[in-house]
Amino acid sequence: MAENDIISSETRPLLGRGVRLVHNEAQGGWVLLAPERVFKTDPIAVEIVKRCTGEATIAAIVDDLASTYSAPRERILADVTALLRTLADKKLLEI
Amino acid sequence: MTQNGAGNLHKPLGLLAELTHRCPLGCPYCSNPLALEPRAHELDTATWARVFREAASLGVLQVHLSGGEPGARRDLVEITTAARDAGLYTNLITSAVGITNKTLAALADAGLDHVQISIQDSEEKSADHIAGYEGAYAKKRSLAAEVVRLKMPLTVNAVIHRANIERISELVDLALALGASRVEIAHAQYYGWALKNRATLMPTREQVQQAANVVEDLRRRLHGKIVIDAVIPDYYARFPKPCVGGWGHRSLNVAPDGLVLPCHAAQSIPGLEFWSVREHSLTDIWENSPAFNAFRGTAWMQEPCASCPRRDEDFGGCRCQAYALTGDAAATDPVCHLSPNHARVETLAAERDTAPYDYRRM
Ligand code: SF4
Ligand code: SF4
Repeated sequence: MAENDIISSETRPLLGRGVRLVHNEAQGGWVLLAPERVFKTDPIAVEIVKRCTGEATIAAIVDDLASTYSAPRERILADVTALLRTLADKKLLEI
Repeated sequence: MTQNGAGNLHKPLGLLAELTHRCPLGCPYCSNPLALEPRAHELDTATWARVFREAASLGVLQVHLSGGEPGARRDLVEITTAARDAGLYTNLITSAVGITNKTLAALADAGLDHVQISIQDSEEKSADHIAGYEGAYAKKRSLAAEVVRLKMPLTVNAVIHRANIERISELVDLALALGASRVEIAHAQYYGWALKNRATLMPTREQVQQAANVVEDLRRRLHGKIVIDAVIPDYYARFPKPCVGGWGHRSLNVAPDGLVLPCHAAQSIPGLEFWSVREHSLTDIWENSPAFNAFRGTAWMQEPCASCPRRDEDFGGCRCQAYALTGDAAATDPVCHLSPNHARVETLAAERDTAPYDYRRM
């Protein structure tokens, strides 16, 4: 899809207005909410989403997460790209 | 990350807050009950605020501020603020008539997360005729533009029936032009006022088939540009829709007078005992109210549902429809082709007339 090709290492992702991380005890922690949609998040997704502020590039987000969690860069990159693609397809990301 | 759907949380995710039954429009397919609550019976601001706090601690994540027309409430901004303060994701479901630009700006400041505007048709004259309100279409367009200008995400909701089913493509184009990120193509569901107007609203089988092809086509063409969600017309389906994701399973509905319902049409089933937020906490209602427990799980089912492999998928279909069409709320939803009453649905779907709309009025 042409739209997704703009997800490159220099993209500075920003969560769309209407997409929000919410903490709810009864549901067991963080969930990502969007119009008529509820996403259960794992801890890594929460950390990715928190960094989508429109300031950091994808490359910087991946570096940051790789060093914070001492995880292999390629794995983090794959996670970040997959998550952002899902959000972009659903029109939940401003890029 | 998984999208919640199969997840078995046993906690409600969504709460439909029917703030009022008052509405300036008269859509003949309105899902509100035929007996509408007058203003004097409506819950006050403080009670709604308490309901939202109780909802959040029960596990509810999203609140849909709906009606009637929620803009008919003078305290809509306070109500929205209270929902946000409770930590809920707030979705306004509006006809756009009765919400001024000034109110909208105040709602945006209060943290409103999402706006859904209904549009009756892509052609102005037809749209206003369906709504029973002159000037509704223009008002909707202008409020939609304002939502986008304020950078709030916009969904356009289009209820589909015989008068507009040939213009689904134009309706989606309109949603795109208005800057919506999501559009709902929702075939009318026949309870409440829609049941009353069924013979006038019901499309033909060929129209429904054609409409499905159009939606599929649009989805392919507009992937990544706009999300198209569709609600299928169940009179022509082989299997029923899964009733609210399971009765008392994922959502609840607070009516204007404070009664808590498993679904917006539940009061059409006689003999169910509903509890009110005026006397009970939301958690108590969710866990113990007789209406919520009436059709939870599968123990209440009859054949053919009781031994059907699909029973955990569609929950035997819609309870309100089972009652409306068979007189027994525990029967298999007759839109299911396995139902012994299925022939009745085919007969009803074929009944069409051109009687004028019986508009929803208080
Ligand atoms: S019983 Fe279920 S499907 Fe039927 S109207 Fe109520 S919620 Fe909707
Ligand atoms: S028989 Fe009941 S459970 Fe089986 S598909 Fe039909 S409605 Fe669903």
